[in-house]
Amino acid sequence: MGLSIQGIQKSFDEKVILDGVTFDVQDGEFVSLIGPSGSGKSTLFGIIGGLLEPEAGDITMAGTSIVNERGHISYMPQQDALFPWRTILDNVVLGQELHGKVDKTQAKEMLEFAGLGDVIYAYPHQLSGGMKQRASFIRALLSPQSVLCLDEPFSALDEFTRLDMQKWLLKTWEAHRQSILFITHSIEEALFLSDKIVILTNSPAKVKEVIDVPFARPRDESLLLTEEFLIWKRKVLDLVAKRAV
Amino acid sequence: MMKRFMERGWRSVVAILLVIVFWESTVRIFSIEEWLLPTPSAIVRELFAVWPTFYPHLLSTLLLAVLGFLIGALFGLTVAMVLHSFDKVRETIYPFLILSQNIPIIVLAPLLVIWFGFGTLPKFIIITIACFFPITISTLGGLQQTNRELSHYMLMMGASKREMFWKLELPDAIPSILSGLKIAATYSVMAAVVSEWLGAQQGIGVFMTIATSSYKTPRVFVAIIVTMLLSFLFFSVILLIEKLLKRFVVRGGA
Repeated sequence: MGLSIQGIQKSFDEKVILDGVTFDVQDGEFVSLIGPSGSGKSTLFGIIGGLLEPEAGDITMAGTSIVNERGHISYMPQQDALFPWRTILDNVVLGQELHGKVDKTQAKEMLEFAGLGDVIYAYPHQLSGGMKQRASFIRALLSPQSVLCLDEPFSALDEFTRLDMQKWLLKTWEAHRQSILFITHSIEEALFLSDKIVILTNSPAKVKEVIDVPFARPRDESLLLTEEFLIWKRKVLDLVAKRAV
Repeated sequence: MMKRFMERGWRSVVAILLVIVFWESTVRIFSIEEWLLPTPSAIVRELFAVWPTFYPHLLSTLLLAVLGFLIGALFGLTVAMVLHSFDKVRETIYPFLILSQNIPIIVLAPLLVIWFGFGTLPKFIIITIACFFPITISTLGGLQQTNRELSHYMLMMGASKREMFWKLELPDAIPSILSGLKIAATYSVMAAVVSEWLGAQQGIGVFMTIATSSYKTPRVFVAIIVTMLLSFLFFSVILLIEKLLKRFVVRGGA
């Protein structure tokens, strides 16, 4: 049993941000969290990461509560957050340095697989935006924690790079099958990548709907143009647009 | 490196040469007495003439400045780390740090001799007071302004306080630490010379005092120019270290 978010309640200065948010991420499941900007998605991540304290509710991982505890999840931020003085190789093993053992052989294999074989010893400023995000994802994958939290990782990239990155992420993830909680505000991205989509309402954030995405894996980009995909996209769009009752 | 120097440094070299030519010709044209203002050529002549007796003084000051700088740098870095780690201590001590810089060294120096005698201790205290401040202030600034995205990542990943410091805050502060060291390196030579006025056996400061009191102005200038060159040398050493730590300093575009 993976990550379970149960009735999380959080407010800042009397303003309720999260109002009883509840959902699960099963082992090996790819779950996307969508909702309007400012709907408290990042606050929820802060709580899962143990940086913020919820007023009520519980978060469990494999049955044990991890509320207010840090270090249980692996994290990929919106900006790549690679350390400028470390080589790409030294960057991707950072998560292992913090928890567990550094395995540079495995790291090199992963970087080769990600098409970063030529830049293993380069520094981040020598890489393009897409390459940096790949390195950042590899760093999250290599970290020993079993659940990955990705905070809008592709929102800073241009349209072309983003599609490439989504395909690449799918391929890499399908080879590793870790549990992923993915924040995005793109419905298309959420449908293309995930097994399950959790739709949040705006201020305060509640879970409005949980959708099981029916598309078979492995998926490729031709899926994006199928009738079925467009029907689902319309369906999710309607759900997001519908006012909370 | 050499090429870049040729491209950018030539302006400074030409400027210095112009100043020397202007100086030399002015003194000659107005036939200014040597004890009032010697010509650059007279200073160079004096340097060669006095070198055998001057050399031990130079070595002594060099040693004093290097040791003093190292002690000052160590002290400065330690103070910065302590102040960074303990907020309450920082708030309490910070004003005293600034006050420590308002004590005129010329007044403090004789007092230190009264308290600690004519040994090396008061000299090191003076150099440390001069050196630690720029290092502490810039290091502290660097440590307090850690890149927010990187520190958010480290916090989300559950890094401990110690890991935050060694893996993120300290390496991220290296450019600031280096600029503090650069300033301190130039101060240290000056402070060493001043500390020797207090009564030392030898050193550029001693040489300078004797030369001044006997109106041997060219010798005073020899001492001044060597002190300046020494400062410049120290500064260059820190620049070299900066080159070696290039990967911490070069951040590239965002």
